[in-house]
Amino acid sequence: MNLHEYQARALLKSAGVPMLDGDVASTPTEAEAIARRIGGTVVIKAQVHAGGRGKAGGVKLARNPAEAADEAAQILGMTIKGLTVHKVLVVPAAEIATESYVGLIMDRETQRPVFMVSSAGGIDIEEVAARTPEKIVKLPIDPTYGLFPHQALALAFVLYRDFNQVKAAAKIMEQLYGAYVAHGASIAEINPLVTTPDGRVLALDAKIVIDDNELFWRPDLGVLRDDSAEEPSEAAARRANLSFIKLDGNVGCVVNGAGLAMATMDLVKYYGGEPANFLDIGGSSSPEKVINALKIITADPHVKAILFNIFGGITRTDDVANGIVAATRQFKVNVPIVIRLTGTNEAEAIRILEGVGMPALSDMDQAVERAVQLAQGAA
Amino acid sequence: MSIFADAGTRLLVQGITGREGSFHTRQMLEYGTSVVAGVTPGKGGQTFEGKVPVFNTVADAVQATGANASVIYVPPMAAAAAVIEAADAGIALIVCITEGIPVMHMSRTMPFVRSRGVRLIGPNCPGLITPGSRTKIGIIPGNICTAGRVGLVSRSGTLTYEVVNHLTRAGIGQSTCVGIGGDPIIGTNFIDCLRAFQEDAATDAIVMIGEIGGTDEQNAAAFVRERVTKPVVGFIAGQTAPKGRRMGHAGAIISGSSGTAEEKLAAFEAAGIDVMRRPVEVVALLRGRLGLTTA
Repeated sequence: MNLHEYQARALLKSAGVPMLDGDVASTPTEAEAIARRIGGTVVIKAQVHAGGRGKAGGVKLARNPAEAADEAAQILGMTIKGLTVHKVLVVPAAEIATESYVGLIMDRETQRPVFMVSSAGGIDIEEVAARTPEKIVKLPIDPTYGLFPHQALALAFVLYRDFNQVKAAAKIMEQLYGAYVAHGASIAEINPLVTTPDGRVLALDAKIVIDDNELFWRPDLGVLRDDSAEEPSEAAARRANLSFIKLDGNVGCVVNGAGLAMATMDLVKYYGGEPANFLDIGGSSSPEKVINALKIITADPHVKAILFNIFGGITRTDDVANGIVAATRQFKVNVPIVIRLTGTNEAEAIRILEGVGMPALSDMDQAVERAVQLAQGAA
Repeated sequence: MSIFADAGTRLLVQGITGREGSFHTRQMLEYGTSVVAGVTPGKGGQTFEGKVPVFNTVADAVQATGANASVIYVPPMAAAAAVIEAADAGIALIVCITEGIPVMHMSRTMPFVRSRGVRLIGPNCPGLITPGSRTKIGIIPGNICTAGRVGLVSRSGTLTYEVVNHLTRAGIGQSTCVGIGGDPIIGTNFIDCLRAFQEDAATDAIVMIGEIGGTDEQNAAAFVRERVTKPVVGFIAGQTAPKGRRMGHAGAIISGSSGTAEEKLAAFEAAGIDVMRRPVEVVALLRGRLGLTTA
């Protein structure tokens, strides 16, 4: 689960990380009031779950409260990478002497949280990493012990020579690591970590991604979720416990398992079609899940055919068949449905579907090809 | 022969009385797996379906039954602790089916598992099956498998079934099929399985099914180029998946890669792995590499 910058700032701030005072606004009037309270030049920053905000015009300077209102009016409601901006962060414009990068991520390879720091921070950090990887210092942390003081100090020495700044940065490393563990994060990032001309060390921007698997037992983190920052159909799917990503094609896909779902999308493309979505109904699928999946897919007016591809393992194919029958009784599905199912309780599933005049195929290629043809014929 | 699981496997089920655990224990017994014990704290002394004794702790179960492998069906918040308990009791092979374990739990668990020299498969995986000895540990449907000489390793669940099903219907049997799981931190990776299949006298060819994301498939391809002499056929799911709206830079910096399908397919091809564009192509590619004639 991605957090907004303002949410990540709040978590880091409560951990003690030094940063400039700022606040979040949903209207130009609110942005103006915050700018007035802060005084001087402020930065207005779009709060949206996408990178490259600055390059998309979502970050602007404002020299006074009136300008802050104007810029906020421009940014609020704009679309960045398909997501609408509903909130802006208003923070004082900082004078910057140096910019560094500090990141913490769960690394697949070392199977540990790894600190990554670089004195070449800022928006081009990925380019720095790609071209001059030696400028990024990485340090895996053993989570059994946590970050040792000497490790925090060594990381800080990578960034600064001035010992006061080193001590300040080392403290920030410890605070960042503490927040990372306390909030079940999989990524926490300060970019840039800056020094000011008067020598202070400050976090100017923060990103935190929470491990979704922590949310089951951490309702305190769940409340940070911003439904309005998601594609509405994706938010609806999440509430129905479905893994769903909306795409631009016209073949709606309902599949069990993420790997098979991706392979199904690949096959739709192979046969000349375009998938309308990725949808994984998961393992133990109840008929309700199938009904919810069909509701979400049929709400997309671009969908011209719906393809079920179910390989029953834990998933019982008769549950899926019952779901399809129940859904078509509850609401009218105006596009053709192609059903491929095989595996657990297959014979029962086929009997259920034949009972309502819906034939089921057992071959994946055949079903995908048929769905693509129907989608194109209906287009 | 086979890898990781065979006729000598004496299986223990952690979470045997739960909904998933009891369902899949029945399936494993039906398939022929030697399930010798179950563990559910507080239910020690009971007997599962009149066949399998239930114990309060893994240590009790091991002492009483000589169990040497464990499969875990306990809920996500207790699953990492279950892995540690099994490792602490001297179990040599642990298969963790549970999905949804916080990644920090696994990060804390892995050093302990390694210190005990245990092989952990998963978490968030379908487990493994060796059709030749009728040994199934996990949830892979037994009826789609058949005994033979092709080893299969996969990051996915149902996509594995799809590929295995094609093999079986074409009369190509399997030595062992392993689902290694899709989580960021897993106990056994592609390379571990490739090494085992390369060394296994009962395996003639290997099928490897990967997905987009991360660099495991690229590392595995490099391993194949250097160490694997048996034919390898590969697949990458997600070739048409859209690029995500990525937040922050840490992911790209740590892996030095975006984990795209193109990158992985190129690594496969450079390593001499035959790439299937569709799951069904696994049959023709294997026949070609093994010199089998079309049935």
